Amino acid sequence: MSIDGSRRAFIGASAGALAGLLIAPGVRLVELASARPDGESAPSSVRWGMLIDTTRCADGCDDCVKACDSENALGSSIESRQRPQWIRKIDIKDVRTGRQHSLPMMCQHCANPPCVDVCPTGASFKRADGIVLVDRHSCIGCRYCMMACPYKARSFVHEVLVDQNSEVPRGKGCVEGCTLCVHRVDKGQAPACADACSKNSRGAILFGNLNDPDSEISRRIRTVATTQVRADLRLDPGVRYQGL
Amino acid sequence: MRYALMVMALGVAVDATADTPKPAVVIADPAGRCVAPNDVMRRTHMDMLKHQRDRTVRQGIRGEKASLGACVDCHASKTTNSVLGAEGFCQSCHSYAAVKPDCFDCHSAKARRKDVMAGGERP
Repeated sequence: MSIDGSRRAFIGASAGALAGLLIAPGVRLVELASARPDGESAPSSVRWGMLIDTTRCADGCDDCVKACDSENALGSSIESRQRPQWIRKIDIKDVRTGRQHSLPMMCQHCANPPCVDVCPTGASFKRADGIVLVDRHSCIGCRYCMMACPYKARSFVHEVLVDQNSEVPRGKGCVEGCTLCVHRVDKGQAPACADACSKNSRGAILFGNLNDPDSEISRRIRTVATTQVRADLRLDPGVRYQGL
Repeated sequence: MRYALMVMALGVAVDATADTPKPAVVIADPAGRCVAPNDVMRRTHMDMLKHQRDRTVRQGIRGEKASLGACVDCHASKTTNSVLGAEGFCQSCHSYAAVKPDCFDCHSAKARRKDVMAGGERP
C-alpha cells in the first residue's frame, strides 16, 4: 500500500498535536478570542471556522436567523424570494431511514472559494484569516458568484436600503453574504448566530480558530466525526457539521 | 434714473448669489480635534477615505486615523443625528460643490452609539 502526501501530513499533524498535549496538558483549555490591536491586519495564522452540531439544532428554532437579521440589519420590504438571506434553516430527511435533521446553512467560508474564482472584478475575496467577503466598492452586481456558490449562500440586494447598521454597510446593486460577523470577530466577539445559539442554551454553533490545535473547535473536530457539506467539491469549507 | 438702475442691478446680483446657498458647515463637536487641519481635510478627505477603506476591507486593519464612521460620529448634526439633509455636514457642502458622494448609499449617515464606536471616543 502506498502512503500519499496527505496521509503523511495527517500522521505528522497528529503526532505534533499529541506531543503538544503531553508537554503542556490542559494549559489552554478554553481559547478566548481577543480583539486585534488597531493597525494590525488580519493574521494568516488564523483560520476562522464553525462547527454546527445538528443533534442540538432544534427543528423550528430560528434564533440564529433572527440574530443575523438584527445584527446585520437585513430587514427588507420586498417579497420573500428576493429578500437578502445570509443564513437560513434547512430541514432534511433521509427517505430510507426517516431520520430528520434541522440545520443552519450559510456561507461556508471555503479555503478554495468558487465565488472568488469567478468574480470578474476581484470584489469577491478571501481575507487572510479565511473569511470570504464581498468588497462592495468593486462589486458590479453581476451575480456570477451567486451562480458559482454550491451552497446558495449569496444574495443580491434589489432595493434601496436605509438604516443600515453603522458597522455593516450594504446597499442596492451589490451581492452579499455571511461575513462571519467580521466586525464582531475583529473586536474579539463571536458571530451573532453563535452567540444567539449559546444564549438559548442549545450551543449548536461553535465558533473558533481551526488552525489552533488547542482551540475548542479543533479539539471537537479531532474527537468527533464531522462532515463538510459537498466535500466532494474539494472546496474545504470552514464550516463543519456534526451528526449529519 | 441711473441710481435706480444701479439699485436694480445690485438687487439682481444679490439674488444670483442667494440661488446657491453657502454650505452649512456646522460642526457638532467644535473642539478643533479633527484628524488633520481643515485645509488638508477639504482637499484630501476623499483620498484618505479611499485608501483606508481598501486596507480595512481587504486586510482587516481597524482603528485607522481616517474612518468614515469616525467622520460621521463627530460631524453628524445635533438635531438630526445625520450628516445628510440640507443642513447635514456632508450633503450641504457636496451640494454646493455639485459632487455626489456615494458613501451613504451603503454606509450609515448616522452617528454611532458611544458604546459601539471602535476604540471609544474619538481624539
